[in-house]
Amino acid sequence: MSFDVTTVRKDFPILHTLVGKKELVYLDNAATTQKPQSVIDTIDNYYTSSNANIHRGVHYLAELATEAYEESRRVVSRFLNARSENEIIFVKGTTDGINMIAHSFGERYINAGDEILISTMEHHANIVPWQLICESKGAILKVIPVNDAGELDMEAFDELLSDRTRLVSVVHASNSLGTINPVKTIIEKAHAAGAKVLLDGAQAVGHFPVDVQDLDCDFYVFSGHKLFGPTGIGAVYGKYDLLETLPPYQGGGDMISKVTFEKTTFKEPPGRFEAGTPHISGAIALAASIQYYEGLDRSALLAHEHDLLEYGTNLLSQFEGITLIGTARKKVSILSFTMEGSHPHDVATVLDSDGIAIRAGHHCTQPLLQRYGVSATARVSLAFYNTKDEIDKLVESLKKIQVLFA
Amino acid sequence: MSDLTQLYQEIILGHNKNPRNFSRLENHTGKADINNPLCGDEVTVYWKIEDQAYSEITFQAQGCAISRASASMMTELLKGKSLEESKRLFSSLLNFLSDADSSESLGDEFGELAALSGVRNYPSRIKCATLAWQALLGKE
Repeated sequence: MSFDVTTVRKDFPILHTLVGKKELVYLDNAATTQKPQSVIDTIDNYYTSSNANIHRGVHYLAELATEAYEESRRVVSRFLNARSENEIIFVKGTTDGINMIAHSFGERYINAGDEILISTMEHHANIVPWQLICESKGAILKVIPVNDAGELDMEAFDELLSDRTRLVSVVHASNSLGTINPVKTIIEKAHAAGAKVLLDGAQAVGHFPVDVQDLDCDFYVFSGHKLFGPTGIGAVYGKYDLLETLPPYQGGGDMISKVTFEKTTFKEPPGRFEAGTPHISGAIALAASIQYYEGLDRSALLAHEHDLLEYGTNLLSQFEGITLIGTARKKVSILSFTMEGSHPHDVATVLDSDGIAIRAGHHCTQPLLQRYGVSATARVSLAFYNTKDEIDKLVESLKKIQVLFA
Repeated sequence: MSDLTQLYQEIILGHNKNPRNFSRLENHTGKADINNPLCGDEVTVYWKIEDQAYSEITFQAQGCAISRASASMMTELLKGKSLEESKRLFSSLLNFLSDADSSESLGDEFGELAALSGVRNYPSRIKCATLAWQALLGKE
């Protein structure tokens, strides 16, 4: 197998959009990725030929939809190398998944005086749910600091980890900095201290292979829309033995075993955590996105992305007036920067006039940006369908911006 | 003029680079901080009211060119104006910015602020153009 970016780009109809008269250069993949035709067709086909509610119907369409939904769970399970599909819970996305774990794990295992350990580089989605649970339980939130390059301070981690730590919840790859964290070390040490570990994989799964058994994490969460799939769907992986001990997140239909007004019993995982009619078409399309992605030469794709990252890093670090925020040794293809004299929002607006889409702002990581003394950065985030030619266009446009605001 | 050159007119770029009244006002009678939750930008506006009119307005900001320029021009425009008059001007500026289809320009009373007309083609930037005004005069 090999990887040809020109061929791959043909699979993504939106990449051929014209912005005014300019060809779209889509460099905002950390916000959301674009979708291949096969994923778009899957959604269309589902509603055209197999739409029905799942699990309860006995008719033809209900069985088609149920089978497709449960097959999707197996696809996600194999994708993460879980032990069984019963370790996969469909959720709305990473935020929903973390909130589910915070609620269910928190309810069962977090008590007054316990500690939850996160890091400075967390997305607000991996900060606020823990603040809420700490508030309600009287637990304490502790934060692993980062160094100037955007790497976790592992010595500080060792000191912060204690027998009071119940959970370590950290990002696998940072959405603001690109940093890939040494999660295996974190997991080993956390387990040795008796703590469980949750990994926020939102920015990881679309870039490199993830094996939850090899990592030995207790929970792993990701969103479909950052993995070339639809919005509104994501998955939580949880070790089955652990999931079995957790109370439900939401109550409702489909998550029960039997309901009476005196006592209700719940399904075994994963059903216990999926109340109500789920995002059936989303789950099926997520499986389609995984199948598309796994159909590519993953190692060639990884090499291509690495190449792009190196190329972009070189050009931007040589660009006078530009400061890269996030220069960790191990990174996914994300380039966050500030430009002397030009605010990130103005940078993004002018780039947009050249058809170049990037993100400007705090990227839902306000404490992290505060650590670097800035309120906003311009963020370029690449996917495997980006090209060096697009990075050249970015740099040309940045030169114009520097002149405009000089 | 393209949308972009209309957005970043010389007047805007000038105020962005050299904002007027860009300081803390020591003997202020009022002060307000406001932030744009979308981007994390922050503006602090200081003012002094004497005889029911703004005798001085200053600001400090971490923000984009549009928000800095608008704040800078606001401190000049509203100096000497009454609270009521200032509110009327803000309301009319907001109406102007929100109506992308209108071909009308801002009245002469707005002076340099007419340079903000380009913001009408960028709805996501209206918040930037009105941030300091909101700090001073409250939400419209």
